[in-house]
Amino acid sequence: MPKLKLKRRPAPADAELVIEAGRTEKNYWQDIWRYRELFYFLAWRDILVRYKQTAIGVGWALIRPFLTMVVFTVVFGRLAKLPSDGVPYPILVFSAMLPWQLFSTALTECSNSLIANANLLSKVYFPRLVVPTSAVVVSFVDFAISGLILVALMAWFVYIPSWRIVTLPIFVLIALAASMGVGLWMASLNVQYRDFRYIVPFLVQFGLYISPVGFSSNIVPEQWRLLYSLNPMVGVIDGFRWAILGNESSIYWPGFALSVSLVLLLLVSGIWYFRKMERTFADVI
Amino acid sequence: MSDTVIRVENLGKKYIIGHQQQERYTALRDVLAHKAKGITQLFNPKSKIQNPKSEEFWALKDVSFEVKQGDRIGIIGRNGAGKSTLLKVLSRITEPTEGRISIKGRVASLLEVGTGFHPELTGRENIYLNGAILGMGKVEIRRKFDEIVAFAEVEKFLDTPVKRYSSGMYVRLAFAVAAHLEPEILIVDEVLAVGDAQFQKKCLGKLEDVGKDGRTVLFVSHQMATVTQLCRNAIWLDRGEILLHGEANHVVSQYLSSGLSDKPVVVFEEKATEDLSFTKISLLNHNGEPNGELDVRFPFFIQLDYVVRKPLKNIEMSVRIKASDDIPVFTTISSDCSGYEPMKEPGLYTSTIEVPKLFLMPGMYTLTCAAFEFGKCVYSHHQNVMKFSIAETGTNVAKYNHHRDIGVVLVHLPWIENRCKTAVSNRA
Repeated sequence: MPKLKLKRRPAPADAELVIEAGRTEKNYWQDIWRYRELFYFLAWRDILVRYKQTAIGVGWALIRPFLTMVVFTVVFGRLAKLPSDGVPYPILVFSAMLPWQLFSTALTECSNSLIANANLLSKVYFPRLVVPTSAVVVSFVDFAISGLILVALMAWFVYIPSWRIVTLPIFVLIALAASMGVGLWMASLNVQYRDFRYIVPFLVQFGLYISPVGFSSNIVPEQWRLLYSLNPMVGVIDGFRWAILGNESSIYWPGFALSVSLVLLLLVSGIWYFRKMERTFADVI
Repeated sequence: MSDTVIRVENLGKKYIIGHQQQERYTALRDVLAHKAKGITQLFNPKSKIQNPKSEEFWALKDVSFEVKQGDRIGIIGRNGAGKSTLLKVLSRITEPTEGRISIKGRVASLLEVGTGFHPELTGRENIYLNGAILGMGKVEIRRKFDEIVAFAEVEKFLDTPVKRYSSGMYVRLAFAVAAHLEPEILIVDEVLAVGDAQFQKKCLGKLEDVGKDGRTVLFVSHQMATVTQLCRNAIWLDRGEILLHGEANHVVSQYLSSGLSDKPVVVFEEKATEDLSFTKISLLNHNGEPNGELDVRFPFFIQLDYVVRKPLKNIEMSVRIKASDDIPVFTTISSDCSGYEPMKEPGLYTSTIEVPKLFLMPGMYTLTCAAFEFGKCVYSHHQNVMKFSIAETGTNVAKYNHHRDIGVVLVHLPWIENRCKTAVSNRA
């Protein structure tokens, strides 16, 4: 039991903790590692609580994306008759629905996480980064569950993915990074300015239409593709389709590279801003 | 080698408090408006005075102290003296504005009972969650799980969501988790004021055990008797500054008597709405003169003047004397001595109690008085209304330095001694 040994090890006698104004902690990341159990417990709590006292429980994680997919297929596929590059339209929609849903729930949960745990922030010390991160992880559970729908859809349409499916985890990570980056900004701003409580749902709703969820990004004119990729979710969704749909889907690599670098920028700056604001959270929340 | 575990140097914590601002949080709109004002101020340097809407407030100022390994320190002071802020800074929840703290060892802080309890989760789940929040590992919680459940006395309801718990059960469970923390340094804010008397006693016992294990405890409380019982040393904070730091009994007695009248006569304003009210309380020496410093060799008198405004049944008057550490020495109730007076007619009354000579140990005392009907209602109650001292003028314990270590009353008990054996066997 290596875990047990690590936990029980007493702090060295000379390990001295110094608290000073404006002191950035040297062992911040080490501290996060020490608090990994709290991280695990917070995530576990949110998962347990998520569907408590609901009649169909986890079923909600299946029903919501499924119904959205049906609506999008009817509106964009049947009524607007947008091209689907030879892929069954439900699969086209759902392969984008998955990352979009992951991004939107993770972003929403992440932005509200600090406020929802205000009582913890003002009463207990722990690296604050634990809270938004565990919120993101919780939305990953919904993602995994609704992934079952995609499997079912592919079985229904007898659609066999190519080798590219193995690269899917990379794109999942990019989606998580994107939601984390934006979420950290929103979470720390939310502590100080509750305005962001109203901005986030709007952002999520808006994003659903400007991201290529209901349609393929191939319908965007070539000269606008790079500009379109300024939306980091464009890269993520294109990546998902590339991995899931196999040879029928092509990817616009310059746009993808731009999206990914934006995601990285968001993530790094999000962590930086969060760490900068973190010290005053308990005072202003 | 020093065994100092906490060293606090010149600690200060500043808050900006807003006036005429009801919101708990700032809105972006306000910030933008302020920024705009700032720009106009750039062009108009004269208007660059401090924003009258906000004001600096030092919750802690220039606080320095040291805590040794195994010390139990009580932190006392009035509301808003900075006690909780100090604990928050020490437990790293908020950052100090200036100064420096160095801490050796694992710190666990218990600023609130049941932090992070989730109402939807069951008792079992909450034990794990709360334990993790307080800094325990999963293995550690599992090891102590049964002990925690037994301590909280909630075996039957372990799998019930805590939202269905009675408030007593909730608090017991929450405290039980916290009580089983094993940090080197434990920081506790007023959390013992929960549960019934029996449970409180249990909690205190647990805290005492923690201290005996050589762990360091910092403890905020408003219950002075608890502080003197639990802590060796105490810090008295007032408006963010340390007023006194020293031996607990001493600090507590100074604190308790600080706001009290040391005049031997206290006159109350008339409250015509009350059925009964005290008008004057006086302390008289053996000559009948008001005096707050009484000679131990003579009896003294406590005189209560009160007014009754309507006929009252079964009235009881009581006087309680408490020692400087807030522990009662005795309470005397009128009916105990003179029996019931079935009906008290309206009018002015004076009651006098004689406290015998050579009875109270020399030292500081406080006086509390009340008028009530047993089991029904309290007509008037004056807690710690005045303080007085008994002067050592030659008792048979005068040769000892610390009177309070001897007791609270002087006794003169006959000792009967018998010689049982003529010689003691001299075994080396």
